[in-house]
Amino acid sequence: MTMTQPKSIDAEGSGVDTAQVAIKSRSYWATVLERLRQDPVTITFGIILALIVLSAIFAPLLAPHDPAAASMIRRLKAIGTPGHLLGTDETGRDMLSRLLYGGRLSLFMGVAPVVNALIIGGILGVLAGFAGGWIGMLIMRTMDVFYAFPSVLLAIAISGALGAGIENAVLSLTIVFIPPIARISESVTTQVRSLDYVEAARASGARTFTIIRAHVLPNVLGPIFIYATSLISVSIILASGLSFLGLGVRPPEAEWGLMLNTLRQAIYVNPYLAALPGVMIFITSLSFNLLSDGLRSAMDIRL
Amino acid sequence: MTETANATAPSGSKPPLEQQPVLVINDLVKHFTVKGGPFQRQAGKVLAVDGVSFELARGETLGIVGESGCGKSTTARVLMRLMAPDSGEVMINGQQVDSPSGISVRDMRYLMQMVFQDSYASLNPRMTIEETIAFGPRAQGVPLAQARERARDILGRVGLDPNLFIRRYPHELSGGQRQRVNIARALALEPEIVILDEAVSALDKSVEAQVLNLLMDLKEQLNLTYIFISHDLNVVHYVSDRVLVMYLGKVVEIGSVEEIYSETAHPYTRALLSAMPSMDPGNRAEEPPISGDPPNPIDPPTGCRFHTRCAYAEGLCSKVEPSLHVVSNKPNHFSACHMNIPNSGHSAAPTGDAA
Repeated sequence: MTMTQPKSIDAEGSGVDTAQVAIKSRSYWATVLERLRQDPVTITFGIILALIVLSAIFAPLLAPHDPAAASMIRRLKAIGTPGHLLGTDETGRDMLSRLLYGGRLSLFMGVAPVVNALIIGGILGVLAGFAGGWIGMLIMRTMDVFYAFPSVLLAIAISGALGAGIENAVLSLTIVFIPPIARISESVTTQVRSLDYVEAARASGARTFTIIRAHVLPNVLGPIFIYATSLISVSIILASGLSFLGLGVRPPEAEWGLMLNTLRQAIYVNPYLAALPGVMIFITSLSFNLLSDGLRSAMDIRL
Repeated sequence: MTETANATAPSGSKPPLEQQPVLVINDLVKHFTVKGGPFQRQAGKVLAVDGVSFELARGETLGIVGESGCGKSTTARVLMRLMAPDSGEVMINGQQVDSPSGISVRDMRYLMQMVFQDSYASLNPRMTIEETIAFGPRAQGVPLAQARERARDILGRVGLDPNLFIRRYPHELSGGQRQRVNIARALALEPEIVILDEAVSALDKSVEAQVLNLLMDLKEQLNLTYIFISHDLNVVHYVSDRVLVMYLGKVVEIGSVEEIYSETAHPYTRALLSAMPSMDPGNRAEEPPISGDPPNPIDPPTGCRFHTRCAYAEGLCSKVEPSLHVVSNKPNHFSACHMNIPNSGHSAAPTGDAA
C-alpha cells in the first residue's frame, strides 16, 4: 500500500487534539486507580481489610500463645489482663491468638465459596446471556428454583444434609451464591452482547469464543467482580452462622462464628469478651462491603 | 417479474470481472415474528425486508433511503449476516454466499464490511484504537505484527496520526475521530464493499462533511464500492451514483441519482423529496408533502403498501401489488407503481404498447 498521508490532525477538533497531545493517554485501569486514590473511605477500609488479611496469614508469627492451649485456672480473664491482651475464653485459651487464627478460617469461609460461585455462576451467567434463547432460558430458570429458598435456610439445609465440616460448609455456601452471581452475569452480558462493538466483531468474522474473550469478558467482569466482593461479607456471616449452629467448623478449631457460639454462655460474665469475635466479623464484612462500594463507583466511568 | 432490477443478472457467458456486478441480491426476505398473548404465541410478523433485489456495480455508491423502520438497516445487517435471512440469495463476485458451491459467510466478510451508526457503542471501551482496528485482521489469521502495521497504515489513511492515536482509548476521542476509527476498523480487513449504515448521521454538520469527503477519497484510493444507507436525502444526493428508495420493506424505486432526484417516478419518492426543507424562503412548502406515519409493518396494507398515504391511489392500488417496472425507456430506472406499468388499469398508467 502506498501511503498518501493526509493531514495528520484533522481540522475538526484541532483545538481539542493539541490539548490532548499533552495528556498522556491513560488506560481504563489507570483511571480507576486514580479515582480510587481520591476516595478516603475506600482507602481506609481497604487498609483495614489488608491488615486483617495479613494478620490472619501471619497468625503463627503474631500470636502470643498457642490458640488451643487451654487452662482451667485462667478462664474468662478480662480484656487487658497482663499476658493476655484480649483476655481468655471459657476454657482459658488466649483470645488474641484465637482471633488471629480464627481470621484464617473465617476469611477462607468468606472467600472460598464466593470464588467457587464466581467461577461456576460466572460461566453459567455469561453463557446464558451470550447464547440467549432456550439455553439461556434453561440456565436461568434453573437458577430461579434456588431463589425460592431464603439463602440462610438453603445453606443450613444443604449443610445439614451433608453433615458438619468445613468442606461441606464451603460447598453449601457455593451453591447458595451461584444463582445471584449467575443472574448478575447474565444481565450484564445481555447488555453488552447487543452493543455495536460486539456486532462489529461478529462482522469481522471473529469466532464466538474470541468475541467472548476479547469483547464480552473485559466488559462484564468488572460488575460481576464487584458484586462478588459484596457477597464475601455475606459469606463470612453465613459461615459464622453455620459454625454457630454446629454445622460448619468444629471445635476446637478457632473460627469467629464458632467462638461467638461457645462464648455466648459467658455473655453475662464478661460481655465485652464475648462480643469480640462478633466485632471482628462486623469489621471484616463492613470493610468488604465498603471496598466493593468504592470499587463500584470508581469503575463506573461513563466512557 | 420479467423486467425487474435483477433482470440483467449474468447468465451463460460471464462478462469480465470488472463489468460483473460485485453484489447481486435476489429476493431477500427477513421477517421478525412478534410474540404476544398469554402463551407467547406468534402474534404477527414484521415484514422488515420483504423481497428486496438489487445489484451493485463495482466502484459505485448505492444510496439507500427511506423513513425510519422501512428496513434499511435490517437489509444491511442481513447482508453482513449479523442476522440470517429467511430466504433470498446474495451473490458476491458471482459466488453465492452461504451455499456449498459458493462462498462461506466467513470469507464473505473479507469482501464486505460495515460501518455502524453509533460511533460510541461500536468501539469497545476497554480496547485501544490499535487493538480495535487490528482485531479484525487478527481474527482472520493475520500475524500480530502485520495486523499492527496495517492498523497504523489505515489510521493514517483515515486522517488520524498513528503516533498520537494508536494507544488512545475510545473515550479519549471526539465523535468524528471515533467514526474515523470505525471506518478504519472496517477497512482493516481490506474489503471490496463497505456498507455505511447511517455512518455520518450522528455527527454534526461540519464533521459530517469532512467524514463524507474522507469516505469519497478512500473510495477512490482503495477502489471501494459503497452501500450508503441514510435518511438524509441531501447527503445521499451528494455521495451516491444510484439511489434505492425503500418503503415498508420493499424497494419502491431505484435509479441513478439524476433520475431519482429530478425525474422521480414513484409518488413516495416524490413525497420524500418534497419533505426536504428548502433553503429558499420563497419556496416554502404550502401543504404537507406526505401525511401520517408509515403503516404498521406488522400488518402492512394490501396491494401497494403506499396506497394508504398516496394521493394518486385508486381501487386497483389496494388490491394488486405493483412490481418493479422499468420507467419509460430508461433502462436502469425502475419504479414499483401502477402508474408506471402500462395497461395496469390505473387511470394514469401509460396505455398501448408495452414498454
